[in-house]
Amino acid sequence: MAFFFGGVHPKGNKEYAEHKAVQEFPEPDLLVIPMSQHIGAPCKPLVKKGDRVLVGQKIGDNQGLCVPVHAPVSGTVKSVEMKAHTSGTTVMSVVIQNDHLQELSPEVQPRTQEAVDKLTPEELMGIIREAGIVGMGGATFPTHVKLSSGIGKVDTIIVNAGECEPYITADDRLCQEYPVQMLGGIQVIMKVLGLNKAYVGIEDNKPKAIQALQDAIDPKTGIEVKVLPAMYPQGAEKQLIQAVTGREVPSGGLPAAVGCAVFNAATCKAIYDAVYEGMPLIKRIVTVTGDVVMDAKNLMVPIGVTFNDLMEAVGVSENPYKVLSGGPMMGAAQYDLSVPTIKGVNAITILGHANNFNVEDSRCIRCGKCVDVCPMHLMPVLMYKALYSGDVEEMKSVHLMDCIECGCCAYTCPACVPLVLAFRSGKQIMRDAAAAAAKK
Amino acid sequence: MAQMKYYYELTISSSPHVHSPVTTQTIMRDVLIALAPALAGSIVFFGLRALVVTMVSVASCLFFEWAWCKLMKQNDKTYDLSACVTGVLLAFVCPPTIEYWMIVLGAAFAIILVKMLFGGIGKNVVNPALAGRAFMFSWPVAMSTWVKVGFGNAAPIIGSTADAVTAATPLAAMHQGQLPADTLLDCFLGNVGGCIGETSVVLLVIGGIYLVVRKVISLRIPVAYIGTVAILSLLFPMGNDPLLWCGYQLCTGGLMLGAIFMATDYVTSPLTKLGQIVYGIGCGALTILIRYFGGYNEGVSYAILVMNCCVVLLDRIGRPTKFGAPKKEAAK
Repeated sequence: MAFFFGGVHPKGNKEYAEHKAVQEFPEPDLLVIPMSQHIGAPCKPLVKKGDRVLVGQKIGDNQGLCVPVHAPVSGTVKSVEMKAHTSGTTVMSVVIQNDHLQELSPEVQPRTQEAVDKLTPEELMGIIREAGIVGMGGATFPTHVKLSSGIGKVDTIIVNAGECEPYITADDRLCQEYPVQMLGGIQVIMKVLGLNKAYVGIEDNKPKAIQALQDAIDPKTGIEVKVLPAMYPQGAEKQLIQAVTGREVPSGGLPAAVGCAVFNAATCKAIYDAVYEGMPLIKRIVTVTGDVVMDAKNLMVPIGVTFNDLMEAVGVSENPYKVLSGGPMMGAAQYDLSVPTIKGVNAITILGHANNFNVEDSRCIRCGKCVDVCPMHLMPVLMYKALYSGDVEEMKSVHLMDCIECGCCAYTCPACVPLVLAFRSGKQIMRDAAAAAAKK
Repeated sequence: MAQMKYYYELTISSSPHVHSPVTTQTIMRDVLIALAPALAGSIVFFGLRALVVTMVSVASCLFFEWAWCKLMKQNDKTYDLSACVTGVLLAFVCPPTIEYWMIVLGAAFAIILVKMLFGGIGKNVVNPALAGRAFMFSWPVAMSTWVKVGFGNAAPIIGSTADAVTAATPLAAMHQGQLPADTLLDCFLGNVGGCIGETSVVLLVIGGIYLVVRKVISLRIPVAYIGTVAILSLLFPMGNDPLLWCGYQLCTGGLMLGAIFMATDYVTSPLTKLGQIVYGIGCGALTILIRYFGGYNEGVSYAILVMNCCVVLLDRIGRPTKFGAPKKEAAK
């Protein structure tokens, strides 16, 4: 059995939404499309106030490490201004007044299988870039860059349908309801990378999704489902690679260093939509869930719908304690619910006050549980101690920079020491120290 | 302009946003539950005074921690129950005839000097209960007067304990290289003279199994500790039947209490798996050395106190190799 070292078993809480079929979210009157929804240079707006935009029309693009953004609805540009963003800052955004006509942009042209078969890898990568596709598991790294840098280096394609975060069921539903599209997208990736083998990594707590994939897979395509034990963080890139192939991505290295490339399940469907339907990435499945949500849902949401609108669609039974972009282990707590859903948001988790485990003046009791659960084989207890002492050399010697911020240590810490928070600031201290040393 | 439709008092914090149900408090609660059978046994063997001594000890530990926090304007963390564990363990390593004022002073030493002065929970170097016991040997006679077991001989709850019939503990005989008068079964059940909580092997092991099942402790330290004592006593039986000698060594002198409840104290034991095994072996070897060659026949508490002081070094061995470390580094 494939496995990795460490990890935790947080309560899955998938039952809130796992049986809910994906519903189309009724398009709201206003959508906020941030120009920065990916790692890299933000887009420059291509439209101005008063312009009419159509479904799938490109409204922002830039040079360099960048993918364009598109209008998810037809309507009028109401404003181009700085708006709140899930990252906690404000970014340049295009606000679209929806006219509810759903008028398609002429750029959106479906392709037949014959036409797709004729496309070269370069053309396919161009289509993927123009469709604005990024890693939809949350990292939002431009997919065409991952593909082009992987050609020749990658021998194993892994599709991440692990979804080890509690509560989230978006990829589970995707595998159940869109297996053909997802597998079609995987075949496009295989073609671009020139490989005839791909693995879909999925946790064993999603039997319906596994069944749906196995029913849809044509054995001739070379796609294989790898069932992995349900364990957090099974879906973390390095842990997934280890679980599927047994290879260890070197410290500080990328998956390509061990010949692997990992793509999120939702990204694969987006690639299919772009290549076969000609439709850029303007919608995604978002699980709106949480322990104070009255009616959790899996929604097909246009990019740019605000968290407020999505919360209204599910209802809450008490005043929420936290609203998270993403799941409870790695998601980011939001303070402004006018932020829009972006390409990397797979869930909105709304938690009640029962989740308040904050302890004032928390004290490490040296139980060593953090060492047992760290999937990176680090010693969080010593990292915390090094950080407390402010000794940058000591922080280096306990490998603070190798932390993937998965949250296993902080989840398990009986003393409720805010370890991940500490390590995030510790990394910044180390970066600042390195920058200061470079200046000298 | 997308308006805020609702206004909520939202909390912002770093991930993760969920937490395991296990906290310091639940761990300490589990330790207290695991100590309960041995406490019940002590009441049977030594009478109600054992219970009253334990309650006085717990109350004193809680009071001194609370008072220290109030006095020093620190956050009062007595709710984590660690002071209760210290209180029970301190009582468990005292004779049932101990004077109440002595245990109150012992608790004051354990909590204030050993725990709070070093920075409170998580910061103490040595086990507070064992250090408190070492301090209480300022009254050597009171600390080594052993009452004969049985209800008829139980020490009175209030008043002088001088009239209680005293008896030697099995260890006293063994210190001379002789097998004790008590049967091995009595030692196993706890029906022998000794400290309040140390005598019953079976009840302490039941508590230990509970802690292992609840994943509060791992088997590494207790097995390394008890295993080392077993092997050394088998190898050096001082002219007695090795198996019988080994049985007596394991079932007497608070070895089980020390190995299961004292040596496994998180704060004063090593973090790494290898460090824990070496620590357990060290505790076992020192216990045998003190029992064989020490001036005093009881080795467990000083063996653990000495090994507590080595933890800072033992934390340096057996550190895990980080994920994705270069081959050269991994080979180290």
